[in-house]
Amino acid sequence: MTTALQLLIRRRSGIHGRQNATGWLFIAPVVIILGLFLALPVAMAAWVSVSDWTGRGSPFSAATNFVGTENYSAILSGGGLAERDFGTALRNNFYYVILTVPLQTALSLLLAVLVNRRILKGRGFFRTAFYFPSVTSSVAITVLWLFLFSASGVVNKLLALVGVAGPNWFQDPNGVLHLIAGSLGVTTPPATLASNTLLGVSWWEWLSGPSVAMSAFILMAVFTTSGTFMLLFIAALQNLRGELEEAAMLDGASGWQRFWYVTLPMLRPTLFTVITLGLIGTWQVFDQIYTGTQGGPAKTTLTPAYLSFSTAFNNQQWGQGAAIGFLLFAIIIFFAIIQRLILRERTTVPRRKRFNPPPPKGGTK
Amino acid sequence: MTISPISPPLMDAEIPASPPRTSTQRPAPPGARARKPATWGWVVYVVLIMLAIAYIFPFLVNIATSFKTEPDAAADPLSLVPATWTAAAYERLFLNSDFPVWFKNSIVVTVFVTAGRVFFDLLAGYALARLRFRGRSAVFAALIAVMAVPGVVLLIPKFLVINQLGIYDSYFGMIIPLLADAAGVFIMKNFFESIPVSVEEQAKVDGAGTFRTFWSIVLPMSVPAVMTIVILSFQGSWNELSHFIVSTQDPALTTLTKGVAQLSSGQLSAGTQYPLKLAAAAIMTIPVAIVFFIFQKRIMNATAGAVKE
Repeated sequence: MTTALQLLIRRRSGIHGRQNATGWLFIAPVVIILGLFLALPVAMAAWVSVSDWTGRGSPFSAATNFVGTENYSAILSGGGLAERDFGTALRNNFYYVILTVPLQTALSLLLAVLVNRRILKGRGFFRTAFYFPSVTSSVAITVLWLFLFSASGVVNKLLALVGVAGPNWFQDPNGVLHLIAGSLGVTTPPATLASNTLLGVSWWEWLSGPSVAMSAFILMAVFTTSGTFMLLFIAALQNLRGELEEAAMLDGASGWQRFWYVTLPMLRPTLFTVITLGLIGTWQVFDQIYTGTQGGPAKTTLTPAYLSFSTAFNNQQWGQGAAIGFLLFAIIIFFAIIQRLILRERTTVPRRKRFNPPPPKGGTK
Repeated sequence: MTISPISPPLMDAEIPASPPRTSTQRPAPPGARARKPATWGWVVYVVLIMLAIAYIFPFLVNIATSFKTEPDAAADPLSLVPATWTAAAYERLFLNSDFPVWFKNSIVVTVFVTAGRVFFDLLAGYALARLRFRGRSAVFAALIAVMAVPGVVLLIPKFLVINQLGIYDSYFGMIIPLLADAAGVFIMKNFFESIPVSVEEQAKVDGAGTFRTFWSIVLPMSVPAVMTIVILSFQGSWNELSHFIVSTQDPALTTLTKGVAQLSSGQLSAGTQYPLKLAAAAIMTIPVAIVFFIFQKRIMNATAGAVKE
């Protein structure tokens, strides 16, 4: 009895000793690959972003010089093409984000609520239909979208059925807000808006709204991502227990009241997850632009991600390209942190959204 | 979020607060409940069916157009039945273009990336979940940090390191960087933490070493989690575009995504050629679609689970 126990103890400590080596052996491949293709590259790019490397030879050879913040200032205050392009890309992506995120969040929530109804025939079919676009490649979807939104394509044929002459979507650089202003008679910009600039782009241009071409990309983003986010909402809805809703129902709350005052506040954590993922994802548009428009027409679908790529790979301005990459990184981190802070602040249900009487968070146990 | 502690006070507070109201209101809901599905049920189905059509119709158009002639595709894009059926687009793709090469490259990359990811994720996930080694929490924290780095800002950095290592324009450069899969490591780690440790301990008491335990006890148990990794990494590497743009320029190493993207952007062709492009898009969607329809339950659960906390 004692010998068996001693043997067990000795063996266990032996295992613990060996586990150190085995543990590192098991984890080594992942650590090495991540270090080599994630950590090291970021460090190299940080160097390139403050150098004048032209893409020839090694960026660490003597021919490459340290230029300080020259690349960053060319983008942020240079007054030249680099600054104007970066400003334009930021504007384009800003409108893309500000429209895509609310639309995809609202649509995916709607889909989830509809599909999650207790009595619903063909639930599996609907869920599959809505999710399928999310698994297909962005390249294939973009090719399809170019066809659907071509001048005499499917969308314009459908619009013609209801008497609307559709635009030549992916060739149309007009800003949507400019078009609205134009229809109200404002065709020449007010002097203040035309003369003041930010990042080389006039205020009037900042207020253009997404171009018609960018709008088609926004619709595509909503189409392809709503399925994924629908799944997140469905999972959250299924984790909610029906008791609270039933209680509200017995108290005579209508379906809309139950959703707005009971279900939605309880979905808050998922809602924030979806919005955060949306904000982070929509600032990274690249595949669609590379496949579809390469930034055109008139640079109105240029995004920081694509600009970073084309500045480096097409124009051989490696320093500026890397600098744009880091600025984009900063933007994405900024939104992730803001979202974190808001989430931490508002874990409790705000007073005006509370169902009567206010449900105390955590409750009295 | 805890729900159970909320509902009792809600009920307690509501009933004494307005006793006459509850007594008159109580009988009403059953009537409303009986009427509601009859009226609202219709609306829900109509909305759902219209939405489903909006989601499915584009793919039907895609397939139909790939069998049309070019004038037919331009003249009547809405029709789901080609005026004259033709497989010319597919013939051209397979017999008169680099398409077979792209297809082969996509398969090679997908197979190696998937196999590699399964192997490395299994090892790393097991180590993080089960083995006590020095620096474990540091590795874990580093993995979390890595997951926060957006892929798109890594385009130039990845090119720099691939170029520096001399694996630009090679399968190594295309495959090895994609083996880094922090999300997959997390899925494996969570899986191992969810299964009881007693079986492995029994094996160890019986004298099996860590490798032996891992190989003959742990591996057979982890088939469900491995399937999840296989599906996610198949889908991820088959659909990957940006990494191949920055890691190769040799036409012999072009993958489906890169080839079709360049075909679409006009770098390889002139004119619209919609049937051809849509045939290419359809073919590159088929493998993913097959995997999706076979494993859709698992895919949907994995998607919801991987993103949720």
